[in-house]
This record gives sequence, structure tokens and C-alpha cells, in this order.
Amino acid sequence: MRPQLPIERHTMAVLVDNEAGVLARVIGLFSGRGYNIESLTVAEVNHAEGLSRITVVTRGTPPVIEQIKAQLERLIPVHKVSDLTVEGPAVERELALVKVAATGDPRVESLRLADAFRARVLDTTTDSFTFEITGSSEKIDAFVELMKPLGLVDVSRTGVVAIKRGAGAM
Amino acid sequence: MPPEAQGNMMSGAEMIIRALKEQGVDTIFGYPGGAVLPIYDALFKQNHIRHILVRQEGGAVHAAEGYARSTGKPGVVLVTSGPGATNAVTGLVDALMDSIPIICITGQVPTHLIGSDAFQEADTVGITRPATKHNYLVKNVADVGRVMHEAFYVATNGRPGPVVIDMPKDIQVETGPYTGSPKTKHRSYLPQVKGDINAIRQAVELIASAKRPVFYTGGGVINSGPNASQLLREFVRMTGFPITTTLMGLGSYPASDPQWLGMLGMHGTYEANLAMHDCDVMINIGARFDDRITGRLNAFSPDSRKIHVDIDRSSINKNVHVDVAIVGDAGHVLEDMIKVWKAGVHRPDKQALADWWKQIDQWRGKDCLKYEPSTDVIMPQYALQRLHALTRHLKPYITTEVGQHQMWAAQFIGFDEPNHWMTSGGLGTMGYGLPAAVGVQIAHPNALVIDVAGEASTMMNIQEFSTAVQHDAPIKVFILNNEYMGMVRQWQQISYEGRYSHSYSDSLPDFVKLAEAMHGVGLRCTKPDEVDGVIEEMMAIKRPVIVDCQVAKLENCFPMVPSGAAHNEILLNAKDAGLERADDLALV
Repeated sequence: MRPQLPIERHTMAVLVDNEAGVLARVIGLFSGRGYNIESLTVAEVNHAEGLSRITVVTRGTPPVIEQIKAQLERLIPVHKVSDLTVEGPAVERELALVKVAATGDPRVESLRLADAFRARVLDTTTDSFTFEITGSSEKIDAFVELMKPLGLVDVSRTGVVAIKRGAGAM
Repeated sequence: MPPEAQGNMMSGAEMIIRALKEQGVDTIFGYPGGAVLPIYDALFKQNHIRHILVRQEGGAVHAAEGYARSTGKPGVVLVTSGPGATNAVTGLVDALMDSIPIICITGQVPTHLIGSDAFQEADTVGITRPATKHNYLVKNVADVGRVMHEAFYVATNGRPGPVVIDMPKDIQVETGPYTGSPKTKHRSYLPQVKGDINAIRQAVELIASAKRPVFYTGGGVINSGPNASQLLREFVRMTGFPITTTLMGLGSYPASDPQWLGMLGMHGTYEANLAMHDCDVMINIGARFDDRITGRLNAFSPDSRKIHVDIDRSSINKNVHVDVAIVGDAGHVLEDMIKVWKAGVHRPDKQALADWWKQIDQWRGKDCLKYEPSTDVIMPQYALQRLHALTRHLKPYITTEVGQHQMWAAQFIGFDEPNHWMTSGGLGTMGYGLPAAVGVQIAHPNALVIDVAGEASTMMNIQEFSTAVQHDAPIKVFILNNEYMGMVRQWQQISYEGRYSHSYSDSLPDFVKLAEAMHGVGLRCTKPDEVDGVIEEMMAIKRPVIVDCQVAKLENCFPMVPSGAAHNEILLNAKDAGLERADDLALV
């Protein structure tokens, strides 16, 4: 039997034509072939040329990761795929909005922790805060975890965006 | 609007016809309906493009597949919205799996009704997204021309495949400027056709160092065009190596050539499968290590170094890890391989090759396709041997349905030329062969076109026999009638202790009367000594024919590499499979 291959986490940047259905193609590829999506973000990055950039974080064995890249490249509206984990180093960031409903000590504590995490207060009422936090996914996980006992009521996360370090483009 | 565009103003439907003409399309296969009436009206007003009216949209796609595979040109389909499009889906997936270039234009409800669950509305681009290489929903009449041309580019370049263009009815009616030309490409889809020369050098070096080599080639060689088949022949003869081809690759190398080992895989020959298992260098050109080829993956050709030439990057290392990967078109890569071979000092190890051939000849000595002949019942293998012997001088085009008869046809009908064998390989679509034969016959009106069929598959698209009659397509449907879904029954016999759950073809029609009722000709043979006469009669009739060739009911197809077994665990006969000989003489 083949030795058990390790599961790796890879971040891929996919440059696509910004046309109807392109996101469905990418998502359909992952679901149809049984690949895993940990996070996916998409937005137009070049309006003049009509290009969008999808950042997808996935997990799989090295052969599966190789397949995912090849399958993405095969989609007709895909211009380029960069496996940032392989081609790295790259920086990754995620943004989250975190709402805590609390009064008294927990409310004060949530604000102190937010300060420590360099989260910003985006909205406030007398019995709630909405924080904006940016960082690695792990940092956001940690912040959300700390807010739970303090009255966490809602979280909205963007998913990961990533870009290569240094002067080079994808 | 620029002045040059003004002279190019026309309706969306007219743009479709113009683009088809510019692409050199002479024939389309289709079925009208509410959402394509403007296109049918434009079709009515011209004489360049012939429309073949089918009986069900699924038949249109299979006919277009047959047309495409026998000509090397893309097949074009026109169907209506909703059920028209959904009926086409099986054919689209079939074309996707077997890499056949198809342009399928589907009607759609008017743009203002999309999403309202309108009459005959279906989310065609949603449904066909994973069923096609690419698809389009055209929402602006000014895009029609460009999208049409781009669709042809996408369908025919790189690994070929089906492309759907969903055309809302209002876009067909609206007037706008015609854009695009046959030179239109896709801005991001630019597949690599030339292989990396360093990888090719490395491959040639490996080929020259081989002691037990085998070429394993597939449909990619045929898709590359007739030139690739010529180059393959040249290279294989230059090396003196044995070659086996997949089901999809039959005809790319002549079956009558002594270097050919026959087809490989689940029902491939003993010598081909054992050569694959024992080889030290495998040269895969245009095949994709399908599970019906490899058998159990961890036992697949354990000691070989592997070269893989494929135009589709994603086929490399998908199922089997290879040592030298070359992404490129089979024809281009073969051309470069031959150049490098000729320029270099590479010469194969003659002694090792002689020993390898000695081993192969020993395997060949098993005569793995032999079967027990009968003078009372028609053995299906015998019928196909006779069909091949009596028709081969006419270089017939053979299509098949799916099942035992398909495998027997692959084993017993030898193909010396590419583009003469049309079968549903990847998807395994029962009902493919009859409409495919119609498509082939339309493209080659004077050729002999035979659908080697089973009775169960025939019933899946029997309505297309009417299409053949209407369009004077004198196809021959040669049914090996054993009254069973034979392959299902065979698996039930081998793996389910003979519990023949729903695999008997009950309540069959009288195929002779059926042919006559549909204004064709029906013939029947029930004894071995009637076979030749019926085949000759069939060949002489210039009209569509159904032959009801009633064969041994319980014959099994061997050799067989059972699902999940290794190549060297191949079963040669019923005894190997742990069965008594399937002796059904008493049952006839």
C-alpha cells in the first residue's frame, strides 16, 4: 500500500475573467471533484480588463493539491493560478466583524481585549460593541474564542486574501 | 456605432447562421421548439446548412458526436430550451468524457423571463456547467457572433469537448452588429500544443534505454488528426516496440500490424495486459490511465518508468504518477520525438527487445480471444468475426452501443485506420451507437456504417431509426440479440452468484417487424450457417437495416480483469472466473 500522505494547507490565487458564472465554475469544480474549500474570497481587481481575483484556501495531499491547480488552470475563464504556499513567501490576511452584546464588566473586558488585539470599534450601543479585526486566521480565531464568554452574538469573516511578498506580481 | 458595423446589422438568429457558415458547418442536428423558432426560421431561409431532424434531442448530440469523430470536424446541435436542453445533457457529458468537439446551441426563454420559472425554462448553463468544457448564456445581441466563434475555438482547441451556447429568444430576434470571425480566439484559453523539448529528449533517452517497453496509446492520437496516427506508426516501427491501444485509440495503429498487441484493459488481450504489467518503460501517448485500463492502481505496472504525453495538464499524475510528463498535442510531440530519435545515437537494446518479444509471443500463444464454437447457436464472437471478414474491404465505419457486444466488437473487429470506430468509452452510454451511426452516415453518405448493438441498448434510442429513414441514411443496426443486458448479467453471474436481477430483456419487439414498421428493412439469423448470407444481404440493401442476430444467450466476455484486480490477475475464461462454462445450448 502507498504510505499515508500528509494533508497540507495551500492558499491559491486565481485570476479569472469577471463574468457571470465564473465563481460557480470554481466552486462546482471543488464540490464535483470532492476537493475541500476552507475559505474563498472573490472581488474584481482590474476593472479595465475585467479581471477578478479569487483566493482559495484548500487542504489535501500533495497529489490532490497538484490536481486542484491543474483543474483550476483548465477552466476556460481562468487566466492564471498561483499556489502561494509553494511559490511563497506570501502574506495572508483576513478581516472579521465581531459583535459582543454585554454590559458591566464583560463589556469593559471585551474592549480591553479588543485593544490588545488592535481591533477597532466600528459600532457601539450601550449594550454592544462591533469590532473590526484584521490579521491571520489564527489571530481572528483566538479573538473570537476570547469573546465567547463575554457575550459574543455574531461574527462575519471575509475569508483569507493573500499576496506574494516582494516586488513580483502573481 | 462605427460605420463598418452598420453594414453588419442583423438579427441574433441570422448571426448564428452566419457564424456557422463562416465556420464551414455544412450539417447540424436538431429538434425545434418554442425558444428556437427564430433560429429555425433563419435556417429555413438559407440553403448552405443542412438540418438533420432527430427524434429526441439526446439523439442529436450522439449523431453530432458520430459526425465529429468520423470527420475530425466539430459536430453542431440545435435544441430548444427546457426539456430540449435537459435531453441533450447525457450526450454532452458523453462528449466531455470522450473529448469530442460539439457546439450545442440551446434556446432559452426571453431574458426578461429568466428566473421566473417560465414555460420550458431550465437553468441550462447551471445544469450543463459540469457537463461541458465551457458554456455561455448570451445576454446581448452584439455578443452573438463573437461567442459563436469563440465557442468553436474552445471546443476544438486543446483537449476537445462540448460547448453550450444558451440563446434567449429575444436575443435571437433583436438586431445588432455582427462581431467576431473564425479567427476569434479566447483571451485566456491558449492551450499548449508543442511539448517541452527537454522533456521530449528525456523521454526519448528513456525509450532507447528500455528493455521491456510498451507503447500505450489512446484517443488523444486520433483527436490530434490523421497525421498523428501516421507519426505514431512511423515511430513505433522505428523502435520495433510492441504497442497496445485503449478502446478510444483503436485505429490509430493498424490492428493488422504484428507489433500491435490488441486492446488493453478490463476486456483487453492477455498479451497487452501482461506487457503493461511487466514492462520497464511505458510510453503513454494520449491516454489517461482510466480505471478500466489500470485495474487496481497499486498493482498497476509496478516496475516501469512511465512517460505520459497529454494535451491536458490535469491528466498528468491524476491517477498514476509518471516519471516524464509532456504536456502537448500528440502529433506535435510525436513529430519532435521522431526528430530527436533520428538525430540522436539512441538505438534500442536489440537483444533485450528480442527476449521481450519472445515473452510476448508466449503470452500470445494463449490465444486469449478463443471461444468455444458452436454449430447450433450463433456465438456472438463468430458473428462479429464474420461481419469483419465480409465487410473489411469496404473499410466500414463501426459504432457501438455499450456492453458485451461493444467489447466483442473491440476485440474482433480490426481497425487499420483512425476515425472509423465510434464508441462511448468514458461515459458508457447505452443508446449511443444508433444515433452516432446516423451522424456518421450523414457525413459519409456512400460508406458502409454499422452500429454493432445489443438488443437492450438498441431499445434506448430506437426512435432514431426513423431519423435514418427520413434522411436516407442507410445505416445497418447489427444487433447481437441475447435477450439480456449481457454485461450486467455477466457481472451478476460472476459477482452476485447468478442472481439475474432485472437484467433480462423481457417483452422485446420483433426487430424485423419493427424495422419494417419504421419503413426500414429487417433481417434475422438464428443459426451459424445463416450469418454470412444475412450480412451479405444487409450490405446489399441501400436503406436502413436492422439485423436481429440471435446469439448464444449466456456467453461471457473474456478476457476479463475484474474490477479492482491487477493486470496479471486476468481471467481468460469461465473456468478462471469460477464458473462452469456458460453452456446455454439447451436454453436456446
